[in-house]
Amino acid sequence: MIDVHYFANIREMLGVAREQVALPQPATVAALIDTLVVQHGGRWQSLFNETRVLTAVNQVVVPITAVIKDGDEVAFFPPVTGG
Amino acid sequence: MDIDIRVEHDDFSSQQETDWLRANAADAGAVVTFSGLVRGQENGRDIRALVLEHYPGMTEKSLRAIVDEAATRWPLLGVVIIHRIGELLPGEQIVFVGISSAHRAAAFAACDFLMDYLKTRAPFWKKCLFIEGGHWIAAKESDEEASKRW
Repeated sequence: MIDVHYFANIREMLGVAREQVALPQPATVAALIDTLVVQHGGRWQSLFNETRVLTAVNQVVVPITAVIKDGDEVAFFPPVTGG
Repeated sequence: MDIDIRVEHDDFSSQQETDWLRANAADAGAVVTFSGLVRGQENGRDIRALVLEHYPGMTEKSLRAIVDEAATRWPLLGVVIIHRIGELLPGEQIVFVGISSAHRAAAFAACDFLMDYLKTRAPFWKKCLFIEGGHWIAAKESDEEASKRW
């Protein structure tokens, strides 16, 4: 299973903070996004089509071509605004 | 190099942090500190509060990576980074960066660099609460540009 986290306006838009997703291996972030869109449809589709979304795998920002495996923590969040 | 990185809701005392930087660096000739405050207005609208969200674990790692990057560029003796989270009111302190170094040029530059990098690389998000509702603050192009100066 992949441990998926959502933050900030993305979490609010989806109404979910965290979920476990089964994904055939080997996989990439792009494959995870496809699976999420197929599973959930609607809001997930518009999120990944229209919003600028950053991805972190095991707490490091990566491109969507990054390889992921069972047990990985994948987070989706908007550009950061701290400070 | 002494490093203290904290992500917490509680307020901080600039004086206490400055004292810690002084006490831990006998060879320091300079301490530079920056305190960021919650502004009372956003685009002309009065702010009721800011809500700061972060990504526990990744935030601390990102801040540590930013400090390590700064340490490769300047000879630093001590670094303190504090970022507050949760609901904060206008006028409250939100962020603190303190640097000790042998000379002021390195301390000024590293402090400026750390703020630029923190704003564009550490996973914090601000939600602005107005009297009549709230919205998430969008990332600023100017912050991204500022972080590219280095």
